[in-house]
Amino acid sequence: MSTTTYKVPIGPVHVGLKEPVTAWLTLEGERILDAKLRLGAIHRGIEFMARERNPIQVIYLSERICGICSFSHVLAFIRAIEDLAGIKVPPRGQYIRSLVLELERIHSHILWAGVACYSIGFDSAFHLGMEMREKVMDLLELLTGNRVNYGVATFGGVRWDVTPEFVKATRDMIKFYRREFTPFREIVMEDPIAQARMRNVGVLTKEDAVRYSAVGPVARASGLRVDLRKSSPYEAYSDIPVEPVVPQDYFGAAHGDVLDRFAVRVLEVYQSLDIIEKILDGLPEGSFVAESNVNKVLASLKKAEGVGWGILEAPRGDDTHVVSLKGGEDNVLWWKVRAPTYASAVSWPIMFRGNELADAPLIINSIDPCISCMERMLTTNVRGDRAIITKTELMKRCREKTATLRARGGETE
Amino acid sequence: MKFCDKFFDKFSDKFGEMLKMNSMLKILPKSLWVTTCNSGSCNGCDIEVVATISPRYDIERFGMKLVGTPRHADVLIVTGPVTRFMRDKLLRVYNQMPDPKVVVVVGNCGASGDVFYKSYNLVGPVDNVIPVDVYVHGCPPRPEAIIEGVAKAVLKIEALEKSNSAPAEPREEAV
Repeated sequence: MSTTTYKVPIGPVHVGLKEPVTAWLTLEGERILDAKLRLGAIHRGIEFMARERNPIQVIYLSERICGICSFSHVLAFIRAIEDLAGIKVPPRGQYIRSLVLELERIHSHILWAGVACYSIGFDSAFHLGMEMREKVMDLLELLTGNRVNYGVATFGGVRWDVTPEFVKATRDMIKFYRREFTPFREIVMEDPIAQARMRNVGVLTKEDAVRYSAVGPVARASGLRVDLRKSSPYEAYSDIPVEPVVPQDYFGAAHGDVLDRFAVRVLEVYQSLDIIEKILDGLPEGSFVAESNVNKVLASLKKAEGVGWGILEAPRGDDTHVVSLKGGEDNVLWWKVRAPTYASAVSWPIMFRGNELADAPLIINSIDPCISCMERMLTTNVRGDRAIITKTELMKRCREKTATLRARGGETE
Repeated sequence: MKFCDKFFDKFSDKFGEMLKMNSMLKILPKSLWVTTCNSGSCNGCDIEVVATISPRYDIERFGMKLVGTPRHADVLIVTGPVTRFMRDKLLRVYNQMPDPKVVVVVGNCGASGDVFYKSYNLVGPVDNVIPVDVYVHGCPPRPEAIIEGVAKAVLKIEALEKSNSAPAEPREEAV
């Protein structure tokens, strides 16, 4: 019997991804032998656009790099400019920045956990997760007035102060999540079907995670104790110690699979709640912005010259921005963004290898906390016959696998 | 029934909206199914579209539902400006949808370019590529606004069904 390998592109659009890719999978039957990536489908040229705008305008632009970690990108850009121009941020401003970062991490991780449940066909857990996410969205809206792009950061601090009403609402939120989030975690992580679906799927070993420079929760799920909040503390993290969440502390050993990534993100929600509590307890008094007059800030930035760096731990990993300004020029000279998903996506081919086609949506989701809506799929075999597998069909396969496992699990256990 | 009719007559102002809804349901034989296409957005609109199907906003109470393939959909939600790579993909998605169909653009950048107004890799707003019926503004719009936009699409489909005319063909050349 001769074996035939198939080339299957997933993509070209994953509606939910920040960096949409086409993943070309080489298949032998249902097994994935290899995967190649094609990046840049929705490249908008943001770094180029910034060259015709001044730093204040680029704040608005950098928020639109990604709608999920919008505050992380803004803050990384602002920290790069502050590094360049030597702007000092008052302690209260630093604490509020950390507060928004942690709120954003909670909303991103809960969204991801819900979507991961959706892609394995666990719809009730998806809706449970999405319902819980609205609580933190309410908080962000109360503080900033917006649900997604907060527009809260500026050079030298933040634009809105924390009100006593907000502090009370945040404490309520912490209580709410400590009470309500544990059942969600137990429903998913202690479910034998979900465990069977996620355990040993999309494995990335510790060595591969180092070799292919995985970042953030993906690296931590492979057992690496990496977290920029610990290794190079910024903003309020200098006062608040943060320990990286790794699965070996929870399971006893790190497998580097999808369940570990799930566990890391879910446990980081609890960690973020603790951090927010410490931020509220230690919130310093005083001004929350160094200079609130935008024109004065712009005038001082016009004189600034040099290169500045801003690196921080976004919900998906380390987000690096490098900016250069030239003295006497209004606009940004150049700007480089290195987003975390780009780093983690390099590990995708390793994760795909040896898994089934039905696991592909789950593995894609396991890196990125976004919904992975594959637009269409095209199967072409070597003889040139073509068949189209739609995203629905792929999702159906993914869900059918859970159903069969469920049926089998009922018999054996 | 008679009591109801009297009741509605008496409070016709108050229940005008409700009566409109009834006539709308008569014209539309089925619920609207919605599909989404990200043609270059920052993801912000996409997560708000996901929020509209979550229990808080729950678009399914209007009978609307997100489907995975354009072949089953009546409404296409497009987010973001159109990049060069995505232009053909968007046209293909649009052409796969059966008539009558309605295109809803969610977000400022799909409507006008907004923050991405000057770029070498963009074909431009969505209406440079496919005809658009409803614009939902905001960066990103709130889930309530997205629901309102899709509800306006219901009216549009209703008009299309009444006139029985097919929507305009997509333009061949992008500006």
